[in-house]
Amino acid sequence: MQKPIANVFTWPADDPQLLGGQCKDCGAITFPVQSRCPRCGTESMTELPLPRRGTLVSWTTQEFPPSANYMGDPTGKSFKPFGVGLVQLDDLVRVESRLTECDPQRLDFGMEVVLRIVPFYIDNDGNEIITFAFAPVGAQNSEER
Amino acid sequence: MEDVAIIGVGLHPFGRHGDKSAYEMAADAVELALTDAGVTWNDVQCAFGGSWGVWTDPVTGLVGLSGLPFIHVFSACATGAATIQQAANAIRAGSGDIVVAVGTDKHARGSFKGDPTTTNVPAWYGENGQYVTTKFFGMKINKYMHDHGVSQETLAKVAAKNYRNGALNPKAFRRKPITEEEILSSPMLNYPLTSYMFCAPDEGAAAVVLCRADIAHLYTDTPVYVKATAIRTRNYGSYEVNTTWSPVEEDVAPTVHASRAAYEEAGIGPEDVDVIQVQDTDAGAEVIHMAENGFCADGEQEKLLADGATEITGPMPINTDGGLIANGEPIGASGLRQVHELVLQLRGHAGDRQVQGDPRVGYAQVYGAPGTAAATILAR
Repeated sequence: MQKPIANVFTWPADDPQLLGGQCKDCGAITFPVQSRCPRCGTESMTELPLPRRGTLVSWTTQEFPPSANYMGDPTGKSFKPFGVGLVQLDDLVRVESRLTECDPQRLDFGMEVVLRIVPFYIDNDGNEIITFAFAPVGAQNSEER
Repeated sequence: MEDVAIIGVGLHPFGRHGDKSAYEMAADAVELALTDAGVTWNDVQCAFGGSWGVWTDPVTGLVGLSGLPFIHVFSACATGAATIQQAANAIRAGSGDIVVAVGTDKHARGSFKGDPTTTNVPAWYGENGQYVTTKFFGMKINKYMHDHGVSQETLAKVAAKNYRNGALNPKAFRRKPITEEEILSSPMLNYPLTSYMFCAPDEGAAAVVLCRADIAHLYTDTPVYVKATAIRTRNYGSYEVNTTWSPVEEDVAPTVHASRAAYEEAGIGPEDVDVIQVQDTDAGAEVIHMAENGFCADGEQEKLLADGATEITGPMPINTDGGLIANGEPIGASGLRQVHELVLQLRGHAGDRQVQGDPRVGYAQVYGAPGTAAATILAR
């Protein structure tokens, strides 16, 4: 069975969206939704599905296996590096995310990216855990869904 | 407000120390600082200790169970600066005439690990491979280089300088010069930052003895005064270490706010500073912190590094003891290591790495998760 890593995107969905939160009082937007507003401190956040497309504000690569609680397959010696980026979704919010691309030659500032849901690891019960990542618009990626 | 003076400093070497505990290192640092000040533990009326790995007041079991108030402080990578600030404020509040600040840590090899929920970040952030401080620094310097025309070669120059300075420091962790070519060709960890451009979590301790400025002459001929201590956390709008999101509207980093507050408190500007220590978690962080602390405009680092301006012999000496890159980062002790180095420099006792020209004003900055920064200004 396929299971999202956490309840942070709409799934199952043909056009999945990250689930942010917006403050009813001051309009501040977060990802994911949280109980209180980070700007005005009120307990008034409501869920806000975020745009699927955005632009890459900055990016780097993760070329060594992250710490012990990293769940991605494969890890250890066969760990596969991945890209990480800060993605601006319209003029709403910036989210930090894995990228499907990790070749610095194929990543650029201001590049258009789109949300993908990708296979991540198989858990102990045999479930396929899926996560979110942004892909350059138009990029072909065998792991895309 | 009561003026505060530093009359003693002590540093346990940073590096790897086998079975020696964080407490034993802290006790050694305290003893060195007390000896330097010419006082005993029983003269100390109040103490502040900082550490990530241990809570600190049990060190009294090794230096003297005197019953003094001993407060544990933790502000991530800014912990050392926080202990100095609390110690200075305790003197100003009348809690004691002689107060100790001590920091210690004993970290395992490799990048910092942990549970993201302890910093109010969801567990999936770690499972997803994003709870990695180094990748934030990669993203920050990558954008900075793009926006301000700084090259990867300049990052290598920063790291090479810090390894060279570390070679002059008998208490540094890494004491071997490394060439810019070796730094650039070491394994890429987080583009554009290579392995040798990063500091490593390690082990060590540092301690400082502070007193009321009006009695400092009883203990030393070379008091160093605490002119400013400013600590700032994130403002809405800054993108910092370990976060799932940031607002579209941008604010400057917490270091900028802390730095401005420190200059205002000290009544000086960056042009008055003679010796500088900044948080060089990686070579890129040193480049960015040069500008965030007001020592240059964005982008000027390219020429300043090419000209050797930040060398010990340059007009703007930075990380004269090798910084974090050569000393590593035992979090609780790191900010106090900076203060230790500044005090040696301002006394003229820094040996082979002494900044010439009779330096009078020193500046130290630390920065860490989840976006906490501190600036400390010392002067003779």
